[in-house]
Amino acid sequence: MRIAAPDTSDRYIPTKRPFNLRKWFFDTGWRHLVGAVMVVFCSFPLLYVLSASLHPGGTLITANGLFSEINLGSYETLFNLPQQPYADWYGNTLLIGTITSLCTVFLGALAAYSFSRMRFSGRRAGLLMLVLVQMFPQLLAVVAIFLLLNGISDIFPLIGLDSQIGLIMVYLGGALGVNTYLMYGFFNTIPASIDEAAKIDGAGHARIFFTIILRLVAPILAVVGLLSFVGTTNEFVIASIVLITPEKQTLAVGLYQFVSQEFSSNYSVFAAGAVLAALPVMALFLWLQKYIVGGLTAGSVK
Amino acid sequence: MTSTGTEQGEATVPPQGPDEKPVPQSSRSRRAARVAEAASAGVKVLLVKIALLSIVDAISVYALMVLFLREDWLVFGAVLVVTLIVNWIYFSRAKLPAKYLAPGLIFLLIFQVFVIGYTGYIAFTNYGTGHNSDKPDAVNALIVSSQQRVPDSPTYDLTVVERLGMYSFLVTDPDGEISVGGTDAPLSPVTDATVDDSGKAVELPGYTSLAFSDIVANQEAIAALSVPLSDDPNDGTLRTPDGSSAYLYLSDLVYDEAAGTMTNTTTNVVYTDNGETGSFVAADGTELLPGWKVNVGLANFAEAFGSESIRGPLISVTLWTFAFAFLSVLTTFALGLFLAIVFNNLRMRGRNFYRVVLILPYAFPAFLSALVWAGMLNPQFGFVNQVLFGGAEIPWLTNEWLAKFSIIFVNLWLGFPYMFLVCTGALQSIPEEIQEAATVDGARSGQIFRLIKLPLLLVSVAPLLISSFAFNFNNFNLIYMLTNGGPRDVTAGVNVGATDILISMVYKVAFVGASRDYGLASAFSIIIFLLVAIVSIISFKQTKALEELN
Repeated sequence: MRIAAPDTSDRYIPTKRPFNLRKWFFDTGWRHLVGAVMVVFCSFPLLYVLSASLHPGGTLITANGLFSEINLGSYETLFNLPQQPYADWYGNTLLIGTITSLCTVFLGALAAYSFSRMRFSGRRAGLLMLVLVQMFPQLLAVVAIFLLLNGISDIFPLIGLDSQIGLIMVYLGGALGVNTYLMYGFFNTIPASIDEAAKIDGAGHARIFFTIILRLVAPILAVVGLLSFVGTTNEFVIASIVLITPEKQTLAVGLYQFVSQEFSSNYSVFAAGAVLAALPVMALFLWLQKYIVGGLTAGSVK
Repeated sequence: MTSTGTEQGEATVPPQGPDEKPVPQSSRSRRAARVAEAASAGVKVLLVKIALLSIVDAISVYALMVLFLREDWLVFGAVLVVTLIVNWIYFSRAKLPAKYLAPGLIFLLIFQVFVIGYTGYIAFTNYGTGHNSDKPDAVNALIVSSQQRVPDSPTYDLTVVERLGMYSFLVTDPDGEISVGGTDAPLSPVTDATVDDSGKAVELPGYTSLAFSDIVANQEAIAALSVPLSDDPNDGTLRTPDGSSAYLYLSDLVYDEAAGTMTNTTTNVVYTDNGETGSFVAADGTELLPGWKVNVGLANFAEAFGSESIRGPLISVTLWTFAFAFLSVLTTFALGLFLAIVFNNLRMRGRNFYRVVLILPYAFPAFLSALVWAGMLNPQFGFVNQVLFGGAEIPWLTNEWLAKFSIIFVNLWLGFPYMFLVCTGALQSIPEEIQEAATVDGARSGQIFRLIKLPLLLVSVAPLLISSFAFNFNNFNLIYMLTNGGPRDVTAGVNVGATDILISMVYKVAFVGASRDYGLASAFSIIIFLLVAIVSIISFKQTKALEELN
């Protein structure tokens, strides 16, 4: 091999180069080695929980025998638990997540449109406020949110404590703070001449917004909607204090309580619940991967 | 933020339009613009607008009515003002930006800005278990809780009636007088009740009388009813054990409103409201609970910083919060950057495969990851100890330092894909020519990376590192789900453990366990606000992110 090396570099060879293991290893081979280690590191916990979910009646200790048994029994048990209404949790999570993310996208887009396309007094101060508000996430005021909803439920039980509408409204309080700045940047990349052309053709501001701008900024809407959905699915603190009845709770609250009550004894059922809970989020993530990467670099954290 | 930085420049030219143009126009062109606007909006848009506004108005009119009946004037005023402003914004011709901002702003102001102010208010009260409501409520609760049936008291004939889902007592006293009352409304005489043969009132217009089967079905709720005889709580209340006759119940405790004292008639102990603790206290220091909410000034902060058993944990929790946030950013960024460099090679095959696998931990819901890792790190049964360490019982989550290590490690698993994606994006946006120029000048690849690529990369990812720090500063889910803040510090005066960060301590003080202390928890929240504010001021000054805002 040593002799062959200077040969290949000295003169032009039209045919395929002979495979050089050493050179291949120092060029890209070691990268595959790192990759293999990382693949194990990344996917192992996921495979572990998948295998645990396929072992009905399994405990934490039987979960260590990976894929020793494959059976969907735990998934059946999951939907027939007397104390834990898993199907309700699942539906609630999807419902709350979907409504919150749709409203977040809409409210954020409205605000971003006005900041990007209109000039008014207080505009700069408003933008500044949005950036600052981002630094103080809602969960810091969790005590006050609880007491506020407690007060509201004396007057309107429909939107107070133990109400999903109340929870969604609390989440919408964070809609502008987190996403408007991200959307604002994207709105600015749409040339204002498009608006002007539409205006000359007789379109009003509402028509320009709904029929032209919203379509052009669709990628950022997808990113914000997805991040908001994932964020709502993961949200535990506020959901755990607002939702009290088990039938109204979300997956994060329900599964946490399930696990803290019977962790090691009923592990396979928890694992089945975890696998199902992760499915919609992971599917969305991998499907919209391309957009997310763009959105991430524009400034947002999971 | 960084990738949009250059693009913001294009939009600095204000778009021209009838609403935002500061340049004076002729009245004719203004009118033309208005006509065009009106013509383009169309009937459909107008109808939708009217429909939405009327829904909003209907809800607020309902709210105003309820608030009016409850005589809650402060909230009544606030709802009225907000409703008027919303209507004014949407019915006026101008105010275009406000039309777009109002919906989001209302939610933002109530559920993010107002609650921060409210946290500040609660931090100065003793709100919490035993101090939940105002003084009249506490007096009532005390008297009701120490009530006993008066021996040989007269029997009141009773019909349980219902209106709007609320139960009331329709009682005929031994003298034949008929009155009605509920839990919140003392008995008041009525004249239009229907009376049966024995002289007992059985029906009242506007109310539905409960049949025997209804009483049986709602036994518990009816047995819990306690209807005051008059406005003075010392007169006692009526209760019913069976739903057909009521008896007078009197309390051991007698409240003297003028003196502000509560006297126990059996033991003759006098409990006085000392005006400070929000409760009645006897001379020997025994406290009657429940008390009520009072303003305690700086007492919560004094407790947090003054008492030895809370100050110590507070300081160590604060230090750990900073250490955790800093180490999280450092470890995830280091691994993410390393992997970005490793996989940023065009000759390497299967890069897309690796990329998809590497973002799996990021796509998996974070709260579930923490729960799954908690299972794998379980000392007795977990995979790590049983399989990887051959049955050793390493206390991954219960030893103070190992638990801290586990948290950083699990957060590395959770967080590196984000840094990997971000660094890959930043690396690819560095122009290839720079590298070529450096190679021509004789720089080695190590030098190119250290002196050229890394500084360029850091400039573009610095704001993201700051927001990642801010995120981890309040990374409640990971801590709470993985170790629950444990191992618990038994010497501490509050429920706090070695791996608790500030936000999880707030949550535990306010919502976990039998005794909840909202006041102290809010005082802790205020401390977090101040720390976050200081950190953001410093970081914004450093990155000058706010200056490029336009």
